[in-house]
Amino acid sequence: MNPVLEIKDLKTYFKTPRGVAKAVDGVSFSIPRGGTFALVGESGCGKSITALSVIQLVPEPAGYIAGGEILLNGRDIVDLTEREKRGIRGNNISMIFQEPMTSLNPVLTIGEQIIEAITLHQGKARKEARAVAIDMLGRVKLPDPGSLLSEYPHSLSGGMRQRVMIAIALSCRPDLLIADEPTTALDVTIQAQIIDLIDELKREMQTAVLLITHNMALVYTHAETVGVMYAGKIAELAPTKTLFRNPMHPYTVKLLRSIPGQEKRGLKLDTIPGAVPPATSYPVGCRFSGRCPREMEGCAGIEPPLVERAPGHLVACHLHDAEFMSKPYSKPLRHEPDELPSLTIPHEKRETLLEVKGLKTYYPIRKGLLKRVKGHLKAVDGIDLMIRKGSTLALVGESGCGKTTAGQSIIQLIRPTEGGITYKGRELTALTEKELKPFRSHMQIIFQDPYSSLNPRLTVKETIEEGIRALNPGMTKKAREEKIMTTLGRVGLSAEAMQRYPHEFSGGQRQRIGIARALAVDPEFIVCDEAVSALDVSVQAQILNLLKSIQRDFGLSFLFITHDLGVVEYIADEVAVMYGGRIVERGPTGEIFSNPKDAYTKRLLDAVPKIDASLLASWKLP
Amino acid sequence: MPVILATDLIIFFLVGAVLYFVIASRKVGTLKSVRRELGKNRLALVCMVFLAFYVLVALLDSVRYRDAVIDDDGASAVSEDGGVIYSPEALSLLDRALSGMRTRTEKTYSAPFATHSYAKESMEGADGTIVRDYPPLKYPRAHWLGTDRVGNDVLFTALKGVRTGVVIGAGTTIVIIPFAIFFGVVAGFYGGVIDDIVQYIYTTLSSIPGVLLIVAFMLLFGSSGYQGGLISEVHVIWRAFVLNDRLFWLCVILGITSWTDLCRLIRGETLKLRELEYVQASRAFGIGRLSIIYRHIVPNVMHLVLITFVLQFSGLVLAEAILSYIGIGVGPEMGSWGNMINTARLELSREPVVWWNLLAAFAAMFALVLPANIFGDAVRDALDPRLRYR
Repeated sequence: MNPVLEIKDLKTYFKTPRGVAKAVDGVSFSIPRGGTFALVGESGCGKSITALSVIQLVPEPAGYIAGGEILLNGRDIVDLTEREKRGIRGNNISMIFQEPMTSLNPVLTIGEQIIEAITLHQGKARKEARAVAIDMLGRVKLPDPGSLLSEYPHSLSGGMRQRVMIAIALSCRPDLLIADEPTTALDVTIQAQIIDLIDELKREMQTAVLLITHNMALVYTHAETVGVMYAGKIAELAPTKTLFRNPMHPYTVKLLRSIPGQEKRGLKLDTIPGAVPPATSYPVGCRFSGRCPREMEGCAGIEPPLVERAPGHLVACHLHDAEFMSKPYSKPLRHEPDELPSLTIPHEKRETLLEVKGLKTYYPIRKGLLKRVKGHLKAVDGIDLMIRKGSTLALVGESGCGKTTAGQSIIQLIRPTEGGITYKGRELTALTEKELKPFRSHMQIIFQDPYSSLNPRLTVKETIEEGIRALNPGMTKKAREEKIMTTLGRVGLSAEAMQRYPHEFSGGQRQRIGIARALAVDPEFIVCDEAVSALDVSVQAQILNLLKSIQRDFGLSFLFITHDLGVVEYIADEVAVMYGGRIVERGPTGEIFSNPKDAYTKRLLDAVPKIDASLLASWKLP
Repeated sequence: MPVILATDLIIFFLVGAVLYFVIASRKVGTLKSVRRELGKNRLALVCMVFLAFYVLVALLDSVRYRDAVIDDDGASAVSEDGGVIYSPEALSLLDRALSGMRTRTEKTYSAPFATHSYAKESMEGADGTIVRDYPPLKYPRAHWLGTDRVGNDVLFTALKGVRTGVVIGAGTTIVIIPFAIFFGVVAGFYGGVIDDIVQYIYTTLSSIPGVLLIVAFMLLFGSSGYQGGLISEVHVIWRAFVLNDRLFWLCVILGITSWTDLCRLIRGETLKLRELEYVQASRAFGIGRLSIIYRHIVPNVMHLVLITFVLQFSGLVLAEAILSYIGIGVGPEMGSWGNMINTARLELSREPVVWWNLLAAFAAMFALVLPANIFGDAVRDALDPRLRYR
């Protein structure tokens, strides 16, 4: 049987002021009818550009397809006219995007949008199209599809919108569905439903799916074949089960080993040093050389071909090339040990650092001409927490459950409506802003988005200096500079970073700057508000290692606000599960994960796709 | 005897600000990098030369003094109580430097570089016969841009219009920017009642038709002020200062009617910035609201200020032309491009057409507005560290 999609040596280049950026540089794979192919890799590896090339939406004129073939049902679609391409989009290929909040037009009803797609691509009459639309909305399990047609997107939740997107994408029964990070922006519990839905419809309609994601567990549970992309090329391609059982490329192994989880508690996570090279200046030989833990002398000069090492298992690495290995230049340059170094936090008796009792934070809802208070939004509705010195408490829950508000109320960024917060025996809620000032240096916060957490107009030095100046006004200029320098060193940045601006750094480095800003005032307690959620898994591992080593060295306490349960399992000593402004369950991490009592906790834990625990601990470098 | 108009202060302030930037940019880090960035942008440098020329002309035209009246016997005239009498005509440095251009007037229209007048006249020939022909000019080929209806040099008039244009553009902006930034940032950052009050003020202001407000204001204040031309003792306070300057009032009212748009933009941006994480991080350090506004909010709304400034600057120079046209702009005796365009209306409808007056006003305006636009964009880019090192 012919594959639905076959890509042969695809090259998509971009013209940039710095030269030609080879975003996709010779990628080949195929997807059979009803199959799911997953593309994984760090950001900046060319995954999304591959997808845009397939649907012929590469941003022109800067980007262009420089070579190769894209065969859809055996027909090359690269050289079609724009008119023919438009016929293929929607009809034969559909796409679902990451952000359900922006992919629907807010001024058109759901009905108008879905019916438009159907009449446009299938030439059906409106009445007929309406029937198809209702049928499709029913298939994606939306309640009451008939009346939903006249609703506007804003009245739907994120998960419902993503279902509508899927309904629109599948309404014309395309041969190929491209899903670019379809669940990343959704809550954990919704994520599972959406991906299961895509799976189910795929089986029913025999659609081929190209899944782009950085979530390895999702790949493990939902894809048949995986392509690991690195710097515009496929590094390894294999059936999912084979790949996870026996990853061959050092990059794949490194990626897998950086996934946090229960099995790795007390160990350092594996990380990949450095960053993906910019697409304008790849190394001559193997593109992973320079970051590879098994680099040999010849790697930087000779490019490894993608060769089938086992049936269906392709890998582009010299380590699996007998001829290369017999040559003198196969002498190893680097040989990292297989064992992960341990990173344990001493478990002495820990006293209570901070205690939260009956914390309530309400937002007034004002209405009418005079803006009278008409009610309250109960963001946090009476929670009790206890954080011990030198330990980590994770606060988990879906978006909108009030966990961020809770974190900000605890460090008094938002003054809570009711309840008590005792920090080292002092009641914080009773203090005025002025009396709070001495406590500001004790409690700090690290934010999620490394892009909006730093003022783009201040240098790194100015950013970090701000807190020191405010909280240690007596410090001399020289002492301040030294303090900044040691803090930057502590988070793994060099002193020359001081004079640079945030935009010159990568996401992971920015997150380090954010951590340095908090650390510079010597806090004892840090709220990490989704501090690793926006990062690639390899960078996330670096930051988690950093946070843990800081905790070990300085006895810091963390309140870790997150929705990523893998991270919680890895780092947290205790867990509190939040739902609708209240804590539904709390206790030691192991206990909650192995024996959840509350119904919501159970649902949450069940929803997360998991990689077999036996595999998690077994990956070894080749 | 010097005479200082209220609008002169605007020019002095502008020149002072430019000098401050030049001097400070040798030391202060941020300004230094802004200067370096501007230096790299060749187009911006060309525009800067144009702008510098305009500012220089405006400055020369803003330093003025009155000469003592000379008696028949050559000594300065003295009034009854013994004080020296000064001429009511306050000539600026520009007037004095270009006194040739100023005083060499013709009878009426003449085309650029012409030797003869533009209109035929009945003249007595050498043999006593009356001939009808183009009379020769008193100063042939001296008027690069021709002369206007009363024989004044058009190039000189256009140069006199520079000061008016720069004052309107810069003066109004000086009124707008502090108002808009202050009210916009305060409303957006503090919210609540303060926000309501500020919104109320600008909604009310922008719901009154702008032209109506300008007309009323100019009739109330402008019509009794100094109109340009001769200085009357009525307007002079503290011996040399003329506060009641019609052009100054025009700047004020144009500023009052046009700060609301920028204010609205800044308020919106501040609402967004206030919630950003770097502002929250500052609050976690217990930093006061004023320094958060100063360090984090204001620098990040500056791009809006510059964009609005660039757009409004050209609009304001044009607004002066329109207002002068309907008779509520600057006084008819004051050199301004608006007045030139106003007179060009009739000149364009006569046959043959007198085109140089309009062309001069157009070219002078164009050469100010376009460089101001490009330069404003360049400054905005230079202020943004994200665009550096490209």
